[in-house]
Amino acid sequence: MKRLLIAGVVMAAAFAGSGPVWADPVDDTLEIDGTPIITRAKAPEGHPFDEVYSGWLFREAETRDAERDSIENPGMIAVEDGEVLWNKVEGTAGKSCASCHGDAAESMKGIGASFPKWDADSNKPINVELQINKCRTEQMGAEPLAFNKGGQQELTSYIKHQSLGMPVQIDLTQGDMQAWWEKGKDLYYTRTGQLNLACASCHEVAMGKYIRADHLSQGQVNGFPTYRLKSGLTSLHQRFRGCIRDTRAEQPKAFSDELMALETYVTWRGTGLSVETPSVRQ
Amino acid sequence: MTRRMKITLGAIAAVALSTAAIASEASPDAVEFTDDGVAVSLTGVAGDPAAGAEAFKSRKLGNCLACHANTDMSKELFHGDVGPSLDGVASRWEEPMLRAIVVNSKAVFTDETVMPGFYSLNVGQHVAKDFVGKTILTAQQVEDVVAYLGTLKE
Ligand code: HEC
Ligand code: HEC
Repeated sequence: MKRLLIAGVVMAAAFAGSGPVWADPVDDTLEIDGTPIITRAKAPEGHPFDEVYSGWLFREAETRDAERDSIENPGMIAVEDGEVLWNKVEGTAGKSCASCHGDAAESMKGIGASFPKWDADSNKPINVELQINKCRTEQMGAEPLAFNKGGQQELTSYIKHQSLGMPVQIDLTQGDMQAWWEKGKDLYYTRTGQLNLACASCHEVAMGKYIRADHLSQGQVNGFPTYRLKSGLTSLHQRFRGCIRDTRAEQPKAFSDELMALETYVTWRGTGLSVETPSVRQ
Repeated sequence: MTRRMKITLGAIAAVALSTAAIASEASPDAVEFTDDGVAVSLTGVAGDPAAGAEAFKSRKLGNCLACHANTDMSKELFHGDVGPSLDGVASRWEEPMLRAIVVNSKAVFTDETVMPGFYSLNVGQHVAKDFVGKTILTAQQVEDVVAYLGTLKE
């Protein structure tokens, strides 16, 4: 039975002119410019899986190779653009990110592996995009960046890239992080839309299966912003919104409480995986 | 004057349509499930297997290939494997059960199944505006798909 299914998939792939595909996460290791990347890790306690897998293990060989080589990785252009923004003076205070934080390689190391974290001022979890906006409004006298606009994805890519290879580990003991984690967990298992599917329907129950041409991964967030070969640089909340839209449900707004809770919970689900930003995906 | 005429005409058309619907179609909430499945046709009109094959393939309609491989459609690119292969499915299930699975798979398998109900209003939260109160397939499309599945014999 299994063999029959695989034969069907291989046949379909042959028609598309691409190479053979496998149903399980591949047996491959990733090193980016000499930095080892953890793509399999023992799951944290209370996790539905024993082992967590990077989405990289579910992609085709060419896609994996594109991420392995930072010259080939089209997402690296975003990182370079982000560096320019890091040093760009904006706002009434006449400051850039670098004015306060200096060398990002030093000051931003670890940020991508530990966010979202608790923000006592807003009494909510904060992610890198919202932290950028907080710095812009409170320190620089600049306008906040709108979702996916004004270099938000590029600057986020640059900041998270400084943690390349570091294992994701968020602190749920701060503030009310645990309550947001619970809320995110509820959302993860809530079926939405006319198709009546939850995140778990695809990324837990059907993990490793093919849904049409897509090999379903665990839906991990350790590579965001990610470069999708289909559609270019993609932010995390854009991906969340796309998956929710595919269930034929209304999409929550980027940075809404729903998506911040989901980001908190799903980031925890990838505990131990290395930051891959900018990852390359289908 | 023109406006009023339009409204009247519109109202008449709507009445005509809903009468037709009442006369022949089981609404999603009124479909009767027994241990054998759904024995009675949803429309009373025999399903058309060719139309059913189209509804089965179409990404906008059944998109059944998203989750099921089907050798009969090996010319189509990319068959999913979230669900079992449908090769020979009509040798495994009688027509009433095939109809029941397509109408509301959760009534046949378990509530946990990933397969959507194609003629069911028992759906997820926050359904997008365009789909509120609507089923994925119409009653006749379900009959067509069931007729097509009936051709998939071992
Ligand atoms: C109808 C199936 C489906 C549902 C439901 C779904 N997804 Fe996805 N998701 C996909 C597919 C297909 C992909 C692309 C292949 C992959 O990476 O798994 C994807 C990719 C992702 C990725 C990117 C993974 C990577 O490595 O880049 C994340 C993150 C994600 N999904 C999160 C979610 C969350 C959170 C939910 C619920 C709010 C959700 N998904 C619901 C099908 C789904
Ligand atoms: C999102 C995934 C998904 C889609 C889309 C889907 N199915 Fe299914 N289907 C399943 C799963 C999963 C099962 C197995 C039941 C289970 O274990 O929950 C199944 C089982 C079946 C079975 C029983 C097969 C057997 O051998 O027992 C039939 C028949 C079927 N599906 C027909 C269809 C048709 C026709 C369509 C489109 C109109 C469709 N499915 C769309 C996931 C899907």
